[in-house]
Amino acid sequence: MSELDLAGRVELLERMWLIRAFEEKVSELFARGQVVGLIHLGIGSEGSAVGVCSALRSDDYVFGNHRSHAHAIAKGADVDRLMAEIAGKASGYCKGKGGSMHIAAPEVGFVTATGVVGGNVALALGAALTSVTTQDNRVSVAFFGDGAGQSGSLHESLNLAALWKLPVVFVCENNGYAEFSPLSAHTVVERLTDYASVYSIPTVTVDGGDVMEVRRAAVSAVARARAGEGPMFIEVLTHRLRGHYEGDPAAYRELSEREEWTVRDPVARFRAELEGAGVAADTIAATEAAARSRIASAAESAVAAPGPDPEEATTDVYAV
Amino acid sequence: MTAELRFIDAIHAGLQASLAADDAVVVIGEDVTYGGPFGATKGLADEFGRHRVRDTPISEATVMGMVTGAALTGLRPVVEVMFVDFITLAMDQLVNHAAKLHFMSGGQLRVPLTVRVQGGVRGRFGAHHSQSLESWFTHTPGLKVVAPAFPGDAKPLLAAAIANDNPVVYLEHRGLYWDKGPLHDDPVDGAVVRRPGTDVTVVSYSKMVHSALAAADRLADSGVEAEVIDLRWLAPLDTATVLESVAKTGRAVVAHEAVARGGLGAELAATIQREVFTELVAPVERVGAAFAPVAAAAALEDAFLPGVDEIERAAGSLMAFGPPPP
Repeated sequence: MSELDLAGRVELLERMWLIRAFEEKVSELFARGQVVGLIHLGIGSEGSAVGVCSALRSDDYVFGNHRSHAHAIAKGADVDRLMAEIAGKASGYCKGKGGSMHIAAPEVGFVTATGVVGGNVALALGAALTSVTTQDNRVSVAFFGDGAGQSGSLHESLNLAALWKLPVVFVCENNGYAEFSPLSAHTVVERLTDYASVYSIPTVTVDGGDVMEVRRAAVSAVARARAGEGPMFIEVLTHRLRGHYEGDPAAYRELSEREEWTVRDPVARFRAELEGAGVAADTIAATEAAARSRIASAAESAVAAPGPDPEEATTDVYAV
Repeated sequence: MTAELRFIDAIHAGLQASLAADDAVVVIGEDVTYGGPFGATKGLADEFGRHRVRDTPISEATVMGMVTGAALTGLRPVVEVMFVDFITLAMDQLVNHAAKLHFMSGGQLRVPLTVRVQGGVRGRFGAHHSQSLESWFTHTPGLKVVAPAFPGDAKPLLAAAIANDNPVVYLEHRGLYWDKGPLHDDPVDGAVVRRPGTDVTVVSYSKMVHSALAAADRLADSGVEAEVIDLRWLAPLDTATVLESVAKTGRAVVAHEAVARGGLGAELAATIQREVFTELVAPVERVGAAFAPVAAAAALEDAFLPGVDEIERAAGSLMAFGPPPP
């Protein structure tokens, strides 16, 4: 899990393109009415999802939030089943019962996501508790936003994870906006790592536009957790290039701010970096083309797939 | 002669048996290594180790989420919430996560979680340590709810809750902890008829079953034979046993310590009138607490809490309808 060779870095770029293409396709399907509901896109935060998940084993656990398509794909979720789930189809991961905000792909370690801000953090502690109890040496990751930073549950979780030295990595994607308000309207704390420091949890703040910087922080946090040294808190400075949800015109944001972040787009940056490192332009272009083709196929299948049988509305309420 | 155990010791025995039988079982909560305020978990940490019996900070929200996450990934946690009143702090995790994850994941995830929680009126503890909140849980799809009334049921019902692959809220009434009774290994599925009768059915659960039985004794003195049903499980609800009894007696009283309005009694009354309407000779009566928080002062707590008198009165009032007892 040390530095990646060039081929490994190209794989990261492929994964980032897959996410970007997926999110743009979801946006397109939403605009066409082929995806409905409350859809939160993470375009612009691919560096965080891919950087962190590239540091994990396939059997490590990830717990997502309402904006977690990227996290699921980064952890290895099948894009066909994911797209079908978001489109409300029976062939989706959750048979259409979860939708965009409640993805569960446990077979690849993406255990679940939550529509309640901050609700997934304690769940990740639980998976970490299982690992400690059964000594299976797995690590759990909770992805949450700056908006969860002011929830009581997060602070309880930080305290308990530190107290029990749980193998959990807290990944706070600080995109500067909690729903429709800037972070400064919710807290006077400027660096969210301060929240974790209070509970004696080591922290690092990284640039989410730089996937390799995110990855280095995650490798270090995961190694520490796996070694039994307890949790770590990574603040990833990131950005969502879309509104809070699809349909939100994001009128509360300055255009200049958006332009600045478009320049810091993690996909474009990593692409340029790899070109500079000697990867052929054709190879780079092929990563994008392959991702877009793969996602186009997933979207086509999802749109064409049948919806769930109405009788499924009342099944799976209880496990039998 | 079967050994008699106190209710609280039956719970302890149930935890002990489950911890011994399955390495995936862990006991988690505030002060559980010490034994908690009533001793249910006393000695378990020494017997099974502090990796399986763990004290938590007073962080109900995160603890409920943590045990849910542990249940999702292979453990079978038993979490103790010290008073049901404090479960308000954990409701997001219990209702939005533990209860829904099996459904929301399309059946991929399971949450084999037991939530032990005690409540009810006893000891003049006031409005933050005396509530009966079972209707919140029975109103939530995905949760199972069990409320034992006797020490003998407490152990097998706890074992059944722990072995279940769903989140189960196991409700303990503090006022029953010191009651003694024989243990048994009989099946504990569904409701049970505690006293057979022919004239009126009294449906109850948890501590109120004892008031119902006392009321039945008094009613018998005046020639009215009440059949007393102990529901045991509040979700799923064993309506078949209830309906069979009411179809026979034609009269029903539903009694619980929880606030009557919007309570489980309302659900049962609706079910009874819908399913055996033509067998009824009288309206279904409900006995429940006043629509008020529980006050601390003795006189006020007593005024709030329904009991033997109210059940006797309700059942007696139903005898004015229909044919008199033969």
